[in-house]
Amino acid sequence: MSRRENPRPIGATRTPDTPRPEKVVPKRETGAQISQIKRSSQIRSWARHHRQVALDSMLRLIRAPFATLMTLGVIAIALSLPTGLYLFLTNAQLVTSNWDGSAQISLYLQQSLTSEQGELLAQQIEKRGDVGEVQFISKEQALLEFKALSGFGEALDYLEDNPLPAVIVVRPASGLLLEQQEELLRDLQGFTGVDEAQLDLAWVKRLYYIMQLGQKAVSGLAAVLGIAVLLVIGNTIRLAIESRRQEIVVVKLVGGTNAFVRRPFLYTGVWYGLGGSLLSWCLLTLSLLWLEQPVQSLANAYASDFNLMGLNQEDTLSLLLLGAVLGWLGAWLAVTRHISAIEPR
Amino acid sequence: MITFDSVSKRYPNGHEALVNLSFQLARGEMAFLTGHSGAGKSTLLKLVMQIEHPSRGQVFVDGQNLSRMRIGQIPYLRRKIGVVFQDHQLLFDRSVFDNVALPLVIEGMEPKEIKRRVQAALDKVGLLSKERLNPISLSGGEQQRVGIARAVVNKPPLLLADEPTGNLDPMLSRDIMHLFEQFNQVGVSVLIATHDLALISRLRHRMLTLGQGRLLQDGFVGEVGV
Ligand SMILES: Nc1ncnc2c1ncn2[C@@H]1O[C@H](COP(=O)(O)OP(=O)(O)O)[C@@H](O)[C@H]1O
Ligand SMILES: [Mg+2]
Repeated sequence: MSRRENPRPIGATRTPDTPRPEKVVPKRETGAQISQIKRSSQIRSWARHHRQVALDSMLRLIRAPFATLMTLGVIAIALSLPTGLYLFLTNAQLVTSNWDGSAQISLYLQQSLTSEQGELLAQQIEKRGDVGEVQFISKEQALLEFKALSGFGEALDYLEDNPLPAVIVVRPASGLLLEQQEELLRDLQGFTGVDEAQLDLAWVKRLYYIMQLGQKAVSGLAAVLGIAVLLVIGNTIRLAIESRRQEIVVVKLVGGTNAFVRRPFLYTGVWYGLGGSLLSWCLLTLSLLWLEQPVQSLANAYASDFNLMGLNQEDTLSLLLLGAVLGWLGAWLAVTRHISAIEPR
Repeated sequence: MITFDSVSKRYPNGHEALVNLSFQLARGEMAFLTGHSGAGKSTLLKLVMQIEHPSRGQVFVDGQNLSRMRIGQIPYLRRKIGVVFQDHQLLFDRSVFDNVALPLVIEGMEPKEIKRRVQAALDKVGLLSKERLNPISLSGGEQQRVGIARAVVNKPPLLLADEPTGNLDPMLSRDIMHLFEQFNQVGVSVLIATHDLALISRLRHRMLTLGQGRLLQDGFVGEVGV
């Protein structure tokens, strides 16, 4: 694309249409009024220029759609990877928090214990602060349940003796830390009459550490890819600066400040960042839609009412804001590094 | 308007472009700067513009000591100086109007006022009818006049020109010089670097002659006997 096809460059004004005759309105103002008018007109002209530059730099990007889309695509992918992983983790946490609630300790009681003794023990355990619900299952109940669930039914009637032990099922109080759960298990194990205490801590523990690892990985990946976004935008802006070198020289010759020269490039960076994060949002939303059906089937197979969580409003806003900030920062880095090197000779 | 006080300029490669140069250009004065190619004319103008900085001595512009000036103030100095280059330094990605408007846009002027001033400047150089064209479609003389319109559009008190007629035929050159005289008549200080002695010999203005970076002669064209 040739430079001549960009009709709205740095500081370009609209080509005038029919000239209007000037109105001279005589006014009398005090000095203070005049300086106030001057200040407000300065602010207005500053705001006008910002609006103009923001629009110009966006139009420039739109006029080179292919190149712009390539850059936006790279940025979007770099932003989508950590955000997608974050979503995966959030969903995984939702699933496991359900499991976590059903974590329970089974206390198998010694065969010699009577039902009354068992009940008593259960009541004793229920008084502990770190214990939620406690349920006593007598030997007889255990056998009935087993008959019903196993399908052996009548075959079990031929047994002379009930081989099943009485069980006390203990749910740890909710919000108990992993170490506290382990402590509870040790305590319960020590009760007289308890033959064996079982808590499937091993997988809870593993899952817990996997989650922690996942969170670390997401943070690390986000940092690395954030830097990648900075570099991509910085490099794109560097090329833009290079292609407008002559313009920068002329602007500096006729008295343009560094801020004036920087402005269009900073806006360009912000647009890249915002556009990239918007595209990333679209990618993630589409992937979630694509995954919804299989996840639903999987959840149904496990008789779960689990629903895939997408990006909520807050996440979306953070993503867009992050994109804009990264874009601005990348552009700022490129601009401070390269524009001061372009001076009239 | 411009004061050089024992100014020397040595480029990083060791070349002495200006040697112990002192002169003054009064407010509202018009002068030519001549000398062979490589005499240091462009260097002198660059020192005034703060594009280059003196190795020794001091330069004053409009009463300001440039060696005491902070970098952030340089743009504001340049807004007081209109410059015309031999190679025009026009931007071919925008219209004639937008080229001339650039100094006003930089100052943050209202669009209405910009339009009025740009059209006045283009009218002055006789190019009002071409304001919508791209400068690349104009002839060399027209491009130079667009450059002049841009230099004067914000009514700077000082106008500098480096070989403004370098590529033009004698007729066009005389027109251009006449334009500069007109600006001078309304009070603008003008300093024009040129080696076109045939052209300026007909104009009665002060002439500063450089040679090897030294001031060789300073006087009116008739007096120095060109
Ligand atoms: N950037 C530079 N680096 C080194 N030498 C330079 C530079 N610019 C100009 N010169 C040298 O300084 C001398 C004066 O140059 P200049 O001011 O351009 O002369 P003029 O405009 O009178 O032809 C020349 O010999 C030129 O080679
Ligand atoms: Mg020169």
